[in-house]
Amino acid sequence: MNQFTSVHVIYLLEAARWTLLLSLIALAGGGVLGLALALGRVSRLRILRGMAIAYIQIVQGTPLLVLLFLSYFGLSLAGYRLDPLVAAGLSLTFYVGAFLGEIWRGCIEAVPRTQWEASDCLGLNRFQQYTHVILPQAVRIATAPTVGFMVQVVKNTSLASIIGFVELTRAGQIVNNSTFQPFLVFLIVAAIYFAICYPLSVASRVLERKLHVAR
Amino acid sequence: MTYRFDFSFLAERWPAFLEGAWLTIQLTVVSIALGFVLGTLCAVLRVYGGGVVRRVIGVYVELIRNTPLLVQIFIVYFGLASLGLKLSAELSAIIALVINVGAYTTEIMRAGIESTGRTQLEAADCLGLTRLQTILHIVLLPAMERVYPALSSQFVLLMLASSVTSQISAEELTAIANVIQSDTYRSFEVYLVVAVVYLALSFLYRFGFWLIGRLLFVRRRKLGTAI
Repeated sequence: MNQFTSVHVIYLLEAARWTLLLSLIALAGGGVLGLALALGRVSRLRILRGMAIAYIQIVQGTPLLVLLFLSYFGLSLAGYRLDPLVAAGLSLTFYVGAFLGEIWRGCIEAVPRTQWEASDCLGLNRFQQYTHVILPQAVRIATAPTVGFMVQVVKNTSLASIIGFVELTRAGQIVNNSTFQPFLVFLIVAAIYFAICYPLSVASRVLERKLHVAR
Repeated sequence: MTYRFDFSFLAERWPAFLEGAWLTIQLTVVSIALGFVLGTLCAVLRVYGGGVVRRVIGVYVELIRNTPLLVQIFIVYFGLASLGLKLSAELSAIIALVINVGAYTTEIMRAGIESTGRTQLEAADCLGLTRLQTILHIVLLPAMERVYPALSSQFVLLMLASSVTSQISAEELTAIANVIQSDTYRSFEVYLVVAVVYLALSFLYRFGFWLIGRLLFVRRRKLGTAI
């Protein structure tokens, strides 16, 4: 049995970089998907609205773990090599997209109706209304809840450990297997997650107050 | 894609999926009920308690909300066992889930309690109610009424997150699915079925919470508005 040493701590910290990378992939992919879903959700076309609602309902009603298994095994069916990073990135993108879509829809709808009417009167078309009037204001409203949701994203990357992607949690399991000190190891793992997530939580609260959009 | 889907395992395995769903319901209903009690208690203490109590609860909430459920489960199951406290997988799962949902409930209920109108409290004072009576009769139920949507969606999220407890082999839906897929080698189809079962469960839970809300908040129903 190995003794738990600073080498292990460094190993955990290095693994945390993969947690961060996976979070960034999920945010980037989920952000694009989320924007599309949010716009679909407030679209004037009923079919777009329906599709966005159906997608969000289905993904929000399914555990991320099951989505993860589906993309992991689904990719192999489609003939691709089972790459845990790709499977994890893909399923997190689907998952984050559904939640960001719903959060951002709320933010778009929170822009006062008069803004739509005023931009209508100015003769802007729908695209111009979005890019010049609605979205810039919606972004302001969306900042705090989005930063808050990033905490969920970082925490949820821990599930990638289950399909064998070596991020922070999986690294914790590996270290635990060689040192057999689960209490200490997982407390350190939790502490590293906390060090990543807590600043985001605080930032979200501060932003909420600063942008004072919580009317 | 030339893959041929094969759901034939469902013919003889469907009772196992139902059993898994039932186990998930048992696991999560117990966790939600206990977590709700814990969270409400902590929320009351967080608002009305002394300085130290408030800070301790604040630390509890922040620690839980900023670390992954999976790691919390590992600490309870593997961590406590290594310290000599050996718990079964199911009990560990329930403990971790209760601690987890308790922290979220604390934060949600706190928001509800803090939004109690000042005049309500003054009126309670005038009627000579004690602090405990005020909290029980004036503050809590309307507070819960206001945050009920957030509360119930947090509980649905917990039900979905309980799938993670399969990792310490607690008996629930995902764990059963893992067994079936290793028997049948039909992993994609098995998890597709499981996804549908979870989807049905989440609709069932939402309907259940809506029903509880109707029964619990009679005043709101009669007034037809949020309070």
